[in-house]
Amino acid sequence: MSQDVKEKIIEIIAEQAVLDPADVSLEQSLEELGIDSLGLVESIFAIEEAFDISVPFNANEPDQSDFDISSVSAIVKAVEGLIADQKA
Amino acid sequence: MKRVVITGAGTVNALGLDVASTLAGFAEGKNGISELNFRDVDRLAIKIGGQIHDWDAEGRFNRQQMALYDRFTQFTLVAAQQAIGQSGLEFVGELALRSGVVLGTSGGGLTTQDDNYRMVYEEGKNRVHPFVVPKLMNNAATSHVSMEYNLKGPCFTVSTACASSNHAMGQAFNMVRHGVATAMVTGGSESMLCFGGVKAWEGLRVMSKDACRPFSMNRNGMVQGEGAAVFVFEDYEHAKARGAEILAEVIGFAMTSDASDIVMPSKQGAARAISGAMQDARINASDVGYINAHGTGTAANDKTECAAVADALGAHADDIMISSTKSMHGHLIGGTGAVELLACIMALRDGIIAPTINYEEADPECALDVVPNEARDANVDVVLSNAFAFGGLNAVLALRKAP
Repeated sequence: MSQDVKEKIIEIIAEQAVLDPADVSLEQSLEELGIDSLGLVESIFAIEEAFDISVPFNANEPDQSDFDISSVSAIVKAVEGLIADQKA
Repeated sequence: MKRVVITGAGTVNALGLDVASTLAGFAEGKNGISELNFRDVDRLAIKIGGQIHDWDAEGRFNRQQMALYDRFTQFTLVAAQQAIGQSGLEFVGELALRSGVVLGTSGGGLTTQDDNYRMVYEEGKNRVHPFVVPKLMNNAATSHVSMEYNLKGPCFTVSTACASSNHAMGQAFNMVRHGVATAMVTGGSESMLCFGGVKAWEGLRVMSKDACRPFSMNRNGMVQGEGAAVFVFEDYEHAKARGAEILAEVIGFAMTSDASDIVMPSKQGAARAISGAMQDARINASDVGYINAHGTGTAANDKTECAAVADALGAHADDIMISSTKSMHGHLIGGTGAVELLACIMALRDGIIAPTINYEEADPECALDVVPNEARDANVDVVLSNAFAFGGLNAVLALRKAP
């Protein structure tokens, strides 16, 4: 897990959750962090902007998306994958 | 209180450029969704929609008109011409003073905004056409209909996102019912299928890339459409006295607000609007035979709407038919309720229930008779038309067979 990617994603999620980045742990889900569906869509937008990637996510079928959002660490992994694919 | 009847209807949408071809499309279960075709479409992730490809604006309007008519106004004027033509009304003298226009739109002259922003921001031009403002304003279509047909009574535009045209028709209904106007030209129009319009919707991540499949388990979002539908709502006694052909009677209307979330729908708010429309119409749930659903094809809307219908109609919900014609013409946003009212008129007048096409898999959370894939013959006396907008604003109309 790249430190830069992890820190940036935690920063984005913490901002959405109105928390200090230190209070966001990798195991937590967005739901546990109090992020609702609009907050999720905004977080994904912020991630796309921060890493200049395109995230395949449709709010109608979040479970069927290739982009795993089940926890903060899952998001970090998924973003690393997208960066590797899209910057290759 | 006066009774209110519909004496004229007109439309342009992806299924056809008049009412006859649109109803034929409904009856056939025709798919009006196609590849989008406009400038910069290659920069969009969503590339399908209910676009009107054979519009030929230049063939319909002269140069002076083109300078003033945004695409949403063009759609409106053509639909209004059909509707007013069918009604046979001529607005002169007292009738002109007592008749008006109330139309719905969400984006108004969005293509005009898109084109002109592109010119000044992207192309760096420092001058725009002098008519940009009168062309893009949301009330432009209403005003041009008023001017074209000499309608001098109450005229205004309603903008409540996806419920705009139902809210507009509800106002028109109440104005005629309460004697404020003798006739009202009403309905709605939308032309959001331009680069900026679709790009904005993409951001919300609720659009489908392949099809609009309302109520189907595998639905994955909405598909936009464009076009207009316009009706003439008239005092029944006035219509009867002149021997006008009556398409249907409007018998009730209700609107509610969820007061909860800017995008997520609420079962309670929708159910209150459905119940309210039935109360306003003084009918029981058991009178209703068909509901034209809002049925956007999003995960959230369709299950919430089915739950709301079940709440409002009780056990009778299992006996009614409910379908979403958005599967065929797309979601016309501020114009959608108007185009969908045509399916209500078809049900009452022709005894044909428009289907929900693209229905592939049953969803236990949408366990109503959604008239999957094929139109059905049925004799219904009373129908409802639902519209539930972003912002939590709900508007439901009730119609009955022509007296």
